[in-house]
Amino acid sequence: MNTRILSQLAAIFAPLSLVTIGGGQAIIAEIQRQVVEVHAWMTHSQFAADFAISRMAPGPGSLLVTLIGWQVGGFWGAVVATAALLLPTGFLIYGVTHIWGRYRGAPWQLALERGLRPIAAGMMLAAGWVLLKSLNGGLPAKAIAVVSLCVLLKTRVSPLVLLLAGALALLGVNLIGADLPYWLQVQLT
Amino acid sequence: MTASSPHTSPRPTLLGLFLIFSRIGLTSFGGGLSGWLLREFVQDRGWISEEDFLNGLAISQALPGINVKNMAIWIGHRLFGWRGAALAVAGVLVPPAFVIVVLGSVVGALILHPLTQVLIAGAAAAATGLSLSMGVVTARRVRRQGLPLLLMAATFLAIGILRLPLVWVVLIGGSLSVFCEYVAIRRGAR
Repeated sequence: MNTRILSQLAAIFAPLSLVTIGGGQAIIAEIQRQVVEVHAWMTHSQFAADFAISRMAPGPGSLLVTLIGWQVGGFWGAVVATAALLLPTGFLIYGVTHIWGRYRGAPWQLALERGLRPIAAGMMLAAGWVLLKSLNGGLPAKAIAVVSLCVLLKTRVSPLVLLLAGALALLGVNLIGADLPYWLQVQLT
Repeated sequence: MTASSPHTSPRPTLLGLFLIFSRIGLTSFGGGLSGWLLREFVQDRGWISEEDFLNGLAISQALPGINVKNMAIWIGHRLFGWRGAALAVAGVLVPPAFVIVVLGSVVGALILHPLTQVLIAGAAAAATGLSLSMGVVTARRVRRQGLPLLLMAATFLAIGILRLPLVWVVLIGGSLSVFCEYVAIRRGAR
């Protein structure tokens, strides 16, 4: 049990807990910055793979931090990272549960809801952008990301099916790879 | 009170609460957990009124934190106080946490093989599409006015391109945005 890593995990995720606005996706870009760029615990493509796992697995997508904690600091790493992300807002919600209903529709509540919406949207967009940039596999992988975006905006396909299709599509491009121009080939790092 | 629901169960129990949340945690893929919660607690069992549920949902979305965890606290607290809140959160998070660690270890072993490496990169690409679509969907809900759009763009730029620390971006951008909305609402009220 490495207490230095455990305290680093807590120091990263506890503050992020309080700025997770609009759901866990909002802090993906910052988690990537901390884990890949600041602490260099993993590479860009390892992070992208972890993100994919968190979307494949059942339960809240934010369990991504549990997985990162596990990889970086073992069992206690997983526990500390998860608890750090959950407890601060957990107590906040618990407290607000008592007072929020009484002030339903108050100006400060409306201002909070409306005011945080554009910030949350900016965070969500940044998450997608950062993941797109860290993808492993060169141009074909980026194309798959854009196609899956279009499919999701038009249809209600199940995420699991989409991930499977993405995996097979990149495999397909890889199999015919040698005949393609270099910039169209799958490049793994 | 809940007479309108034909499937009202006699009464909630702590164990039942934990098991329902575990089941939802383990069987929900790719989000949409709130829909399942509504069905289990309001429509099927009638343990919580729909109005109560929707109030909780509004809080869960407006305040920071993972939405489903916030909802678990809200529902658990309604039914059993702090013990209910703790068990509901444990139910929705702990069983899937074990699953993701196992899945991560399996993928970690597979990624050493070149073929599976390609498959995982492809799945990661599709997952990125999922993330992009959430960004687009939330961006569409932002009001088409100068200030909200500007704040959205600035947040994206600060976090996605300049890679500034998120906590400061949200504290400064968020308080500015909320303040402006508050002033606007006050003016409108007069």
